[in-house]
Amino acid sequence: MAVDSVVAARPYVSAPRRGPVTRVLENERWFAFFLLLPTAVLLGLFIAYPFVKGVLLAVTDAKVGVPGNFVGLQNFAVLMNDSIFRVAVWNTILYTAVTTVFKLALGLWLALLLNRHFRAKALTRAFILLPFIIPTVLSTFAWKWMFDPTFSVINWTLFHLGIIRTRINWLGDPGLALISVMIVNIWRGVPFYAISLLAGLQTISPELAEAAAIDGARPWQRFRYITWPLLLPVTMVVVLFSVIQTFADFQLVYILTGGGPANATQLFATYAYQVGVGTGLLGEGAAISLAMFPVLLVVVVVQLLYIRRVETL
Amino acid sequence: MSRVIIRSLNKRFDGVHAVKDVNLEIHDKEFVVLVGPSGCGKTTTLRMVAGLESITSGEIMIGDRIVNELPPMDRDIAMVFQNYALYPHMSVYDNMAFGLKMRGFDRTEIANRVKAAAEILGIEEQLQRKPRQLSGGQRQRVALGRAIVRHPQVFLFDEPLSNLDAKLRIQMRVEIKKIHVRLGTTAIYVTHDQVEAMTLGDRVVVMKDGLVQQVGEPLELYNEPANRFVAGFIGSPAMNFATVEMADTEGALWARHEGIRIKLPTELAGRLRPHVGENVTLGIRPEDLHVASGSDMADLSFDAVVEVIEKLGSQILLDVRVGPNTMVAAVEPTVKAKVHDRLRLALNPERLYFFDRVSQAAI
Repeated sequence: MAVDSVVAARPYVSAPRRGPVTRVLENERWFAFFLLLPTAVLLGLFIAYPFVKGVLLAVTDAKVGVPGNFVGLQNFAVLMNDSIFRVAVWNTILYTAVTTVFKLALGLWLALLLNRHFRAKALTRAFILLPFIIPTVLSTFAWKWMFDPTFSVINWTLFHLGIIRTRINWLGDPGLALISVMIVNIWRGVPFYAISLLAGLQTISPELAEAAAIDGARPWQRFRYITWPLLLPVTMVVVLFSVIQTFADFQLVYILTGGGPANATQLFATYAYQVGVGTGLLGEGAAISLAMFPVLLVVVVVQLLYIRRVETL
Repeated sequence: MSRVIIRSLNKRFDGVHAVKDVNLEIHDKEFVVLVGPSGCGKTTTLRMVAGLESITSGEIMIGDRIVNELPPMDRDIAMVFQNYALYPHMSVYDNMAFGLKMRGFDRTEIANRVKAAAEILGIEEQLQRKPRQLSGGQRQRVALGRAIVRHPQVFLFDEPLSNLDAKLRIQMRVEIKKIHVRLGTTAIYVTHDQVEAMTLGDRVVVMKDGLVQQVGEPLELYNEPANRFVAGFIGSPAMNFATVEMADTEGALWARHEGIRIKLPTELAGRLRPHVGENVTLGIRPEDLHVASGSDMADLSFDAVVEVIEKLGSQILLDVRVGPNTMVAAVEPTVKAKVHDRLRLALNPERLYFFDRVSQAAI
């Protein structure tokens, strides 16, 4: 017996010696640390550092080239009395609310259509993704051209159809500019909704719809009582992402109107950019950006709580 | 009258002829089981009755109405799905009440019906739970309950027990039978499990490749299979088959093959005489074989070499080699046999089956 155990133990004794690196990596704690390290570094460098830097800037009177001194909440106090800031806040809320409703409605409609079987389904799906794939700046320039008061293809079409008699100044009219920007945002945002919701729809077993059909539910009732409640968790996540994105939207407005005419399309992000970079008041610009944060935080917390409630049902 | 009549029913998916000219009459209060291997068209047939699949050609009548063009909800049927298809976001109560709510029943009627069904199924305690808090067996009960509360003309079952473990399956099988006896609702039940088919069905429809092979009461299928497929499909362990040559020697008819030489009883001989000189398929059920004793005649037995022994308790299955063929014999548990033993197996001459080699039909 004793001989046997010695023989059995030998492979362990004569196993190749492990170097110090291997030994450290064999330890689960260190291994986990090394696996997490790249993510932590990236997050720290590109998320945490700019955020902290922004907070620090917001409480100084820093300008371009001037480090600035600590001024407490003075920048925020200035904002409270800034009428343009109030316009930007209102515009941002309106912009986010209106576009989100339209993106959700159109995206859901497309997703429901794409969830059916028809010819050229894959091709259609690819086409629907296009607005999402094209670089925003590129597609926005195309839209700017379509909205151009003189060369607008939209105006040309409406004019020749006899719907309008005078050319519409899409981006120059203070009443129309925000609507025009919203249209572009909706056009660009719908694919994300459609594809995400389609993914959600495909996780719902078709048997449920069949069971409901036999149970006597009409198509609308099947959507209302079966599909929609089951899709809700996915919808909430999609809306959450979209609201955050839309609330901080910058590119569309910057390219189409630059916030004009007369601040009619001024949003949080464009105004922060205009004050902080355009005017060089870094402290105040940072304060504007930071003012978004509590609003977004509330939105995120409310939605995450809701998602949790739905998921634990 | 809740009968179901299926006339010349066909279903073609792109290029595939899944259901071929099925004719079936299911009587009021009857429990009919469609059974067959996967891809035989049984589920497609059921789904066409349910209205979940369009009909390529033919006619389906439920009660006294032709339902070809009616949507599922207007056919007055209830269906139990293989994966239960319970609405995951609704409580057990709401799952069962959904169909009644959609049909505009009032609250007290719904509550009464759900309560009655829950009592029958023993799920009163689970009514406020969500489906995922239930075990597989409980979910299947809820699915049954959802069908029961509707008081439909016809129950449709699509392999309702195949997701349950073996023990639970047997238990639920008995319960489904009891519910049917109690409610007396006409039922069509699809399964690939022949034991389930035999135990549940008043009549069993055996299907293969979209064609109905045989319709009959369980023992009719077992005792008088119409063709080789039905013979092999019904019964467990499955029937043994061997190719034999029919020979007429000294006025008696013999079935011969390497290792086998059986003298046919007179009434069988009459039927098989036209096949003298031809090869036919001989079928013997494992339970019709026994270890030969002195009283067995030599011309109704053959030698076999034991290859595998399966001791099931109530019987022993001997996997034996007979000439070039392997066969299974279900013998008494008292038989003492060892692997490689050579023994003599005797057969019951009244229970021999013969099938045409080409048409596979019973002779």
